[in-house]
Amino acid sequence: MSTTTTTTTKLVPTDLHFNLGALARIPPGEGKEFEIAGELIAVFRLRDGRVYAVQAKCPHREGALADGITGGGTVVCPMHSFKFDLATGAPLGHDCAALRTYAVSVNAVGEIILQL
Amino acid sequence: MTRKQKLVVIGNGMAGARLVEDIITRGGADQFEFVMFGDEPYGNYNRILLSGVLSGTHQAQDIFINPLAWYETNNVKLHAGARVTSIDRVNKIVIAADGVTTETYDKLVIATGSSAFLPPMEGLRTTTDGFKAGVFVFRTLDDCEAITQYAEGGKRAAVIGGGLLGLEAARGLLNLGAEVHVIHLMPHLMEVQLDAIAGATLRRSMEALGVQVHLNKATTAILGDEHVTGLQFKDGTTLDCEMVVISAGIRPNVQLARDAGLTVERGIVVNDGITCVDDPDVFAVGECAQHNGMVYGLVAPLWEQTAVLADRLTGRKPQAEYKGSKVSTKLKVMGVDLAVMGEKQPRDEHDEEVVYTEPLRGIYKKLIVRNGKLAGAILLGDTAMAPALLQAFDRGVLLPENRAELLFPLTDQVAAKSAAELPDEAQICNCNGIAKGAIVKAAKGGCRSLKALCDATRAGTGCGACKSQVQEIFEAAAGDTIVEDPSIHYYVPGVPLPKPELIAAIKEQELKSVSAVFRVLAVGKEDPASKAGLASLLKTIWHDGYEDERDARFINDRVHANIQKDRTFSVVPRIYGGVTTAAELKRIAEVAERYNVRMVKFTGGQRLDLLGISKEDLPNVWRDLGMPSGHAYTKAFRTCKTCVGTEFCRFGVGDAVALGIAIEKKYQGIEFPHKVKLATTGCPRNCSEATTKDIGAVAIEGGKWEVVIGGAAGSKVRKADLLITVDTHEEVLHYMGRFMQYYREHAKYLERTYDMVERMGIEKLRRVLVDDEEGICARLDAEIEAAVAAYVDPWQEAAQPHHPSQFVNILPKAEADAMLSQISKQPANYGD
Repeated sequence: MSTTTTTTTKLVPTDLHFNLGALARIPPGEGKEFEIAGELIAVFRLRDGRVYAVQAKCPHREGALADGITGGGTVVCPMHSFKFDLATGAPLGHDCAALRTYAVSVNAVGEIILQL
Repeated sequence: MTRKQKLVVIGNGMAGARLVEDIITRGGADQFEFVMFGDEPYGNYNRILLSGVLSGTHQAQDIFINPLAWYETNNVKLHAGARVTSIDRVNKIVIAADGVTTETYDKLVIATGSSAFLPPMEGLRTTTDGFKAGVFVFRTLDDCEAITQYAEGGKRAAVIGGGLLGLEAARGLLNLGAEVHVIHLMPHLMEVQLDAIAGATLRRSMEALGVQVHLNKATTAILGDEHVTGLQFKDGTTLDCEMVVISAGIRPNVQLARDAGLTVERGIVVNDGITCVDDPDVFAVGECAQHNGMVYGLVAPLWEQTAVLADRLTGRKPQAEYKGSKVSTKLKVMGVDLAVMGEKQPRDEHDEEVVYTEPLRGIYKKLIVRNGKLAGAILLGDTAMAPALLQAFDRGVLLPENRAELLFPLTDQVAAKSAAELPDEAQICNCNGIAKGAIVKAAKGGCRSLKALCDATRAGTGCGACKSQVQEIFEAAAGDTIVEDPSIHYYVPGVPLPKPELIAAIKEQELKSVSAVFRVLAVGKEDPASKAGLASLLKTIWHDGYEDERDARFINDRVHANIQKDRTFSVVPRIYGGVTTAAELKRIAEVAERYNVRMVKFTGGQRLDLLGISKEDLPNVWRDLGMPSGHAYTKAFRTCKTCVGTEFCRFGVGDAVALGIAIEKKYQGIEFPHKVKLATTGCPRNCSEATTKDIGAVAIEGGKWEVVIGGAAGSKVRKADLLITVDTHEEVLHYMGRFMQYYREHAKYLERTYDMVERMGIEKLRRVLVDDEEGICARLDAEIEAAVAAYVDPWQEAAQPHHPSQFVNILPKAEADAMLSQISKQPANYGD
């Protein structure tokens, strides 16, 4: 498990950053939802250390992506097995709309920082 | 990484190109640099469809399997239109006809195919060595083009040869508006494949289409000075005609190999490794190769050869062996359906010959049965049963005693058969709403394996009941361009091993977690579609010694309840044998009220389902119910339905209730490759529907129980097969457990018992599980007992969750939270 430390860089004033709390609250390989600024966002903690944030509901029939199975940088919706690339949100093997993705990182003390 | 080996293929026909494709499918592009030589100035096309081009049903560009762009995309260097004239095996070089084009090789594959055989006759050629004007053979696209041009305006044409290719040529000529005569040396048509009656039936069908058939005719000369004017036969008769297509058989192209000093008989002699017997770096595949005395002229054996060679060359299965092919073929001869396999005549009086003929409709069916197995079959005019017979033939299964079942389709097979004739709008996949047109489009648009097609269209990926129809449409649309995706033989798609090899590797290397399996057996590549199957298998292998990674489980198995469309869950407590009490019912009712359960429903398995419970409430619901998990959400032992048995029922002959409760108490929650539903019934009236369950027990008069397996009443309906008849409840439990363990070890992930039972055949299962033919029964019994001993009720996690957020959907933000507008972070960048 690698947690990346981030260095302070130039702040883009319009960006909003949210501390979602400890990454450890998400079981390894799984996803959980957060409600941020009225929006439901699914945050995934992959087994290889990568962290991703995407819209919580599957564009197909609103399945909860956070309850899906992850692997190889993708998530499979638990409702009807539609698959998406977590980094880009791109649909894989079907022609549903892509997922909205959000910039997310983990800080030095292992907290998830989401950028809107 | 070591230098790539250079693989040179001589021949760019169906065998050569297929081999390269097979190697690439097996990941061999990293190991080999590919160079191919082809006589013809094209990519690889489907030679079988040449008759379609001739008859105008196909355009030339439609029959390409690998157009020139394919070679470029896959980094295959193709010398198109370059004929190789010599092989220097000492220096490992091949040299083309121009004398300039040469290639060195590490491995050399000869796939030169065959050419048309020209029977000895006079007047074939002009003095300038070419064919006389109007004389053609029929092997290449160029031949097709030449025949089409010459036939223009309606000519009187003769085809020499009444075999398969000759009849195909005849159809083509007929469509071109020619008057067609087929000249055949033998007493009936297609004598290689057909017996005399089938040949005569086919002749009548041909004549009805307007082809004139001349049998027992040996052509001695082609008449005409400048161009063809007729044929002279040995019996003194003649036939006037303006063109001749010679299609009297094929001869392997072996001169190149012979000149190179390789052993050549009828074809280039290869061993079980498809390797030339004189040189370990030279191989021969397809129509030019001879294995165990056989030279094959059909496409299926060729596919088998290239697969074996690709397995060996890529090192995927270095010991793979080709053991010869069982010859069978299914085709249309001038629009007449025909399927043939194996032998066409009984060998001796012990062979059973089953024949059905219907001359008016041109239908003829014949089976040769030897020792209860299919030794050969001819189906002419009606090939609906061909898939089932081909399967029986290939696998050598024992045939049903009622042979009529083999000759005539059951009603649902008739429905499935018509799939190919349905209109494009017809919905095939009723789960995903996929129409036939979409499947055909995907098949023609580059999906070359059934799996690729299903992945691309989603057809057949729901309940799977339409899979055979999808396959049929796919095969009709894609024809011989189909490649088999090796992953269909894997237990899960992401780990390239069939189940027995996967189990062996897991045991040998002591892989106890899903991550470890990916790391060691799949070069670290995690595949989400494979995780749940691997988790199930690891639990089967290691019992409680398995390292449980919860993210490998489907959501149902993470929270031990069945997810519904609104993300609420359904809770089904265990009610052994479907027998409950007033006290239990009261408790269930109280829980239903307390947690505002939106629906309380009896399930198909005689249980009570509480629907609409939130994830957060699950632990409290379980605690308040005080009942064990009913496992209604997982790939495991589900329920054992029972009828009322003997205590009250006036017909009952066996205590189905006590037996059902005992079965459920013992095997509850045991995990399987798919869900397993059971039932016990106290008499053959079958009130609990035991004969359509995965496993059932039926009480019969005389105090006995029939143990039945492989029943289905879901997307598919199937009556279970009788495994054994026993006397006691203990024996029922015993054989059920033994079958359960065998199913755990031998089924692919998500393969139901009924599919496995059908795949293996009940006779084999009886031999293994009752007669102990393989000597594994004691081990199976011990394994299932160990699984029973390792069982823990998952609802105990109500008290001790596996992870603090196991039953949480939405996590709160950090305490101090707020918007951290004063700090700045890089955007997500975790790609290492």
